[in-house]
Parts: sequence; C-alpha cells; structure tokens
Amino acid sequence: MATNGQNGNGNKAKKLVVVQLSGGNDYLNTMVPYQDGHYYDFRPNMGLRGDSVIPIDDRIGFNSHMAPFKRIYDAGSMAVIMGIGYPEPNRSHFRSMDIWHTAEPAVSSSEGWLGKTTQAIDPEGKNPVTAVNFGRGLPRALAYPGVSVASVGALDSYGLYTGLAGAGNKDALLDTVSRIYQPMSEEGFPSQRILQTGRGALDGADLLRQAPDSYTSGVEYPEENPIAQSLKGVAQVMSADLGTRLFYTAHGSFDTHTNELVNHAKLWDEVSQAVECFWMDMEEQGLADDTVMWVFTEFGRRVADNGTGTDHGSGGGAFLIGPSVKGGLYGEYPDLDPSAQLDGDVRYNTDFRDMYTTILDDFMDIDPGQILNEKFGKLDLVRA
Amino acid sequence: MAHLLRRAGFGATRDQLDEYIGKGYEATVEELLHPEYGDPEEQDFMDRYFIASVEARSAGHADPQWSWRMATTEKPLEEKIALFWHSLLAVGGIKLDHGLEMLTEIDLFRRLGLGRFETLLLAISRNPGMMYWLDNQNSHKDAPNENYGRELLELFSMGIDENGEGAYSEDDVKAAARAFTGWASKTTPPPFFLGPFRMQFAFDPDDHDDGEKTFLGETGNFNGEDIVEIVSRHRSTARFIALRLYLNFVSDTPDDEEIERLADVFQENDGEIRSVLRAIFNSDHFKSPAIRFRKMKSPAELVFGTVTLTDRFTIPEMDMSTLANQTLFMGQHLLNPPSVEGWHEGEEWVDSGALIERINFASGEVTRGDARGVRRMIERVAGTGAELQPEEFVDACLDAMGSIDLSDRTKSIVISHAAAKDTPFRPGSAGSEDRTLEMFQLIVSTPDFQYC
Repeated sequence: MATNGQNGNGNKAKKLVVVQLSGGNDYLNTMVPYQDGHYYDFRPNMGLRGDSVIPIDDRIGFNSHMAPFKRIYDAGSMAVIMGIGYPEPNRSHFRSMDIWHTAEPAVSSSEGWLGKTTQAIDPEGKNPVTAVNFGRGLPRALAYPGVSVASVGALDSYGLYTGLAGAGNKDALLDTVSRIYQPMSEEGFPSQRILQTGRGALDGADLLRQAPDSYTSGVEYPEENPIAQSLKGVAQVMSADLGTRLFYTAHGSFDTHTNELVNHAKLWDEVSQAVECFWMDMEEQGLADDTVMWVFTEFGRRVADNGTGTDHGSGGGAFLIGPSVKGGLYGEYPDLDPSAQLDGDVRYNTDFRDMYTTILDDFMDIDPGQILNEKFGKLDLVRA
Repeated sequence: MAHLLRRAGFGATRDQLDEYIGKGYEATVEELLHPEYGDPEEQDFMDRYFIASVEARSAGHADPQWSWRMATTEKPLEEKIALFWHSLLAVGGIKLDHGLEMLTEIDLFRRLGLGRFETLLLAISRNPGMMYWLDNQNSHKDAPNENYGRELLELFSMGIDENGEGAYSEDDVKAAARAFTGWASKTTPPPFFLGPFRMQFAFDPDDHDDGEKTFLGETGNFNGEDIVEIVSRHRSTARFIALRLYLNFVSDTPDDEEIERLADVFQENDGEIRSVLRAIFNSDHFKSPAIRFRKMKSPAELVFGTVTLTDRFTIPEMDMSTLANQTLFMGQHLLNPPSVEGWHEGEEWVDSGALIERINFASGEVTRGDARGVRRMIERVAGTGAELQPEEFVDACLDAMGSIDLSDRTKSIVISHAAAKDTPFRPGSAGSEDRTLEMFQLIVSTPDFQYC
C-alpha cells in the first residue's frame, strides 16, 4: 500500500533509510559459512556452531542473534549482498568509510554520494529536511557544498537552545534570532549564504520537532536500544510527510578486536530488533512500499581470528531491505580457501558502486550518472 | 587589538585586551610572534587528569591534551600556528591511528611553525607519522611510491592553480619520489593492547635510489633534503605559503596584490614564517574594516574562542575533554582532518546542522553565570552606568565580550530585542543579571558572531 495511491512497486522514487554499521562488521560471523571447514580452521575461537547459527541453506546461516533478520529474509524482503567491496581494500576505518561515503576508492574526496543525491532531489535547496541525519556531526556521505542536511540528536529536543539551563526567555530570543536570519534582498553582510543556512536550520528544526506530534504507532521500539530509537525517529519524520527522501542512522561499534562473541551478539540483537520494529511500523503506517533500507559497513574482519576477536579486514557484506526488494542471496560468498584469500582477507566480487547504482536507478529514480563518476553495473533487485 | 588577538589567537577577554593595549600593538605583535617554546608547566597536571591521554593510543585519546592547551594557552599564536600547519601539512588519525605520534606532530608545529619553512618541511618529511600516512613506507628503490613526492609538491609547497596545474611536471613528481626512497618509519608495533610505542624515522641507504635525477631543472644525485631545499626557494612555494597564510590569518577571499607582497617577504627572509606574519599583522590591509569580522571562524576558533572568553576551566576536568567533540559536531574533527588536503574552510564550515551546534554550544557557555570569565563580563556591564538605554546596554555587552562588533543590520535587531523590555537596564535591579546573560546569548547566536 502506498500513501500516494500509486502501486508501491511502480513508484520508483522511494525514501532511502541508511543504517551504517560503524567499526567494521565481521561478515563471517554475520552470515556464517557453517559448512565450510576453512571457516572453522581460521576461527578456532570465534567460529559459530550449532545453535549459534540459523541456517538459510546448506551452506550459510544467520548469526543466531539475527533472528529478526531471518524472519524478514524468509518473507522475501531482504537482499543479502555477499562479497561486496572495492579494489585494493583499505583497512583504516576512516579511509574505508570515506570510500563508501564518497564512492571514490582511488582518490580522497569530500563529496558524499548522498549529499550529491540530496542536491539532485532538491537542486535549489527549497526543503531544509530533504535529508535528515540522526546523530550529531554530519557523515561524509551527506556532505556536499551548498547542501544543508539536518543533523538530529533526538527529535523532541532538536533545534536552538534546547536543553539549555540559561535560556530563560527562550521564545523572545527565538523570535529575535528568526528575524536576524531573514535573508536580505541583496548580497551584503552577513552573507546570503549564512542567512539562508540559518533560515533553513530554524525552519527545519521547527518541522522536525513537531514531527512526533502527528505520529502514533502500536510498535514499541526498545527504549534502551539507540538504533531502535533512531529508527523510531525516522518513522516519525516519515509519517509527518515533510518530503524527506534520505534518512541516515548509524550504530556501533562493530570494531570487535576483543570479546567479539559477546559484543557482536549484542550489536546484532540491537540492530535486528530495531530493523524489525521499523518495518512493522512502516507496514502500520502504510509506508513500507515507498521505503527501502540500505545496511552497510566500512569493511569486514580478517578471516582468521586473533583469539578473542578479529582485526580489520575486508568484505563486510550489506543488506537491502523492503517489500519492494526481491529478497535472496546476491553476489558470491567469499571463498575462504587460503589460495583464494588476499593477504588474509576475503576478496570482493561485487563492487559496492553497483549497489549504489541499483539503489539510485531502480529504487530512487535518480540518474546514477549525476552521482557517480563512472558507469557501473546493476543487480536485479526489484521485486516483480 | 581585539582583531589581532582573534586572528593570531582565539580572541581575548576584555581584561586581557586592556593588558595588551597597555603594551601597544606592535609590541604585542612581537610578543605573539616569539612564544618561548618549552614543555608546558602543567603537563603533569594534564597527565593526572586526562589519564587516558597519557601516551595516547588513538587520536581520540589525544585530543583532550590539545584542547586544554588551546583553551588556556598564554601563547596564543603558538597554538594557532600549530592549528594552521595541522590543516596544511595534514596528517590524520584517519589512517595514522596513533595518538602519541599525532601529539608529537602538533608539538613539532609549535616548535618550528614560526621559523623557516624549509626547516619545517624537512622535519615533517622526516616525521615517521607523515611517512606512514603518505605511504612512503611502501616507496622503494626499485618501486618508488609517488604519494609523498606528489603531495609534497601539490599540497605542501608549490601548489596548483584552479586548473589543477602546478609549476612542476609529472617528471618532477617522479624525481621527488625517487629522492625520498628509503625514507620511512621504523616498524612500529600496533598500539592495540599494549599502548603505543614511539614512532621513529629511519633512513635506509640500501633502499634509497642514489642515481641522478633532474628536478625542477636541476640535476644531481638528489636525496630528500635536496628536494626540500629546492622547492623551498622556488617562487611558487613562496606564493603558495603566502596564500595559505593569507587565507588563514586575513581573509577567506584572496587578494592577489597582498599575496605577492607576502611572497616577497617570504623570499627576502629566507622563508621565515614569523616575518610573513609580522608583515601581515602590521599592515594597513590587515587592520582595515573590510577585513575585520569577515572571516568565518573555524569550529576550533569558535569553540576555543568561546571558552577563552568564559574562562571556566581551572583544572583539566572531564568536561574539557568534550570540547574536541564539539568541534567534531561542527565539522572539524581535530587530529583527524578528512584527507591530506585538510579541511574545506571559509563559509563551507557552516551548514545548517553545524550552525545549530555552534549557536547551542556558544549559548550554553556564555550563560554560565558561575564561570569566571562570565562573572567578569557581567561585572563590566554592571559597572558601565547606573541606567543603560537599550543601545548603551548592547554596546556594554559587546565591549565586555572582548570588544566585538555587529553589522548595523544585526545590531539594530539586537537593540530592538533589548528595547522590548519595559524598563531600561539597571545594574543590581531584580533580573538584571539574567538580562545580561540573555543578551550574551543573543549576541553569540548572531551570524556576525560566526565571523572573526
């Protein structure tokens, strides 16, 4: 069911919700190759067996802390992208994350692929909430010159002077500030650019703060789960129908050098519960068909464990989720045979920019040529 | 004087300004230009409070130490020049995940940042963190890696124009890369588990290409030192460094004539940065109204400028260590510039999320009635007169905040806010302190306050 009356699958201009798994998710313990002897050879301590795996087929199973993901997968709404990556994997968190954010593996860029997408959606920057980031500080993915993105810590406290003890006369102050940030008719000082930025910030904050007012839902997102709370915020903004097309959230840290069995399990409990709540909510709100979710991480971990955890590696895997997605396993599960590895890491077989192309072209109705500097292939992920 | 301190440092309180004014402008310039380098007296103090930052593992562990120094320094230009070089000779925690080494680099900038450019460029070329950051580790006699050679020319010295063209050729890049073969960091154990080991530079003569090279028209068996020496006396370098200093200390919009003049100063003084800065600070151009309050504050300038004003930190408390997070929320992750190009500066700093962070942070700081600096500001306003009309009240607040200016348009709106109260401002009357704090808050919320 689609809010705009179109057939959901026919409407390509969907809203994109990004869930970034920060820190480098251990793919081998996410989608577990539970029949592969190499896996257990390289993971004497961290290998998952028996009840720790929920099989999908006779080769691969979900980590048992991802039962909600398995349910979504079984419903046919989850594409698992295996062996995703880029040439010459970089094992620095920041650099590798930058590469995913800018879609530029070879050169350092400060232009985010979703920042460019925001500009393509709203070239004149008319809507201050075309893209909304949940979290403080803008991820590089959303950075682009001249593009304003609202960065929200928590929706109900978003905006100027929230949570300030000293703001005694807040309404009068806000009123004056609003007059100060009124763009002038001609260029002067302060510059048009900063006045417009201020205007956008104030208007965006007003819109976003009110978003929860019109929202009701029977879905109970776990209180103590930060990614669940972020996704609840996404659902609230979405249901307020403010024209937001891009939502960005992140969870972590997946940097499981030590104590991985405990930490990785907890992280996936949180993410998978949050994602399931979100999709139940989308169904309830009637927004599921208009929405697609992209879950990614900057890299995977080494094939071999280090005793109690795993170190930085490559090939983190990714997920595209939503009822408009043709679910299943895509790409190839990386070959763990020592001769097939790349310096102790898995080799990639699906370029992440193929996925960006697919998302932009088939799910967001945006010409990938506007966003990516080269032409890439696509995966056939649209449910018929 | 206030303008000088905003640019050469992180601003000054009204009391500090009075002290500097007593010394005179040019004497203050000289004092700023000659910070006596040394270990900070309070190093032990910092180490005791910022336990996690002692021999810091990551950049994230290291930044409280630098934050403390920027917020409390009595040698403002020493920290400001370190910040300048940190964004120009950018090494990032992005890849060099080694807090101890990052702080070592910042200290190198403090020690050499005002001296001869060639000395600094050679020091950074022998810096193990830099060698690792720009892949000189992987540059071998038989297979030179061009990364360092290229960035040295493009981003650190000669620069490129808007068409991406430099005064050097691809052959020069290759020659520079060959000259730097064998320059590397000694193998350093990863900091994980055991904490960091100091990184050390090592030159391996066996891995160095000692053959003849032609670089910028000169031919010889050049080593890295020769490359640094040749680029440092090249006119393009003088112009590039003059441009970068101009953009950092004077204006976001380059003035070609002024930059040529500064490039001359650079060359006439053997590339001494101090001389170029002296020529900047003492110039009429620098002091002109067209320059004042027209340069966008970087997040670090905004954050450390505000805490300089409010002066609330007497000890390196935990709250202090969050200041670097504040700059991160505003788009400047200290010790972790986004790339070797440093940050995109000027008005690009301010997007709508960053503006909200800026205003909320500064508002929260200047309304802390218990902070020492805020108390002094309140007292100054109160001491201005028995009864202040709206405009007088606004002027008194602006002066107490370190002699800051607002544009006419902004100021008239701010005055109308003050005028909306039923009574004139009377120090000591009920609510007078809250009124003062409210005005401070409004002033830091203006677009004008985002500039320095």
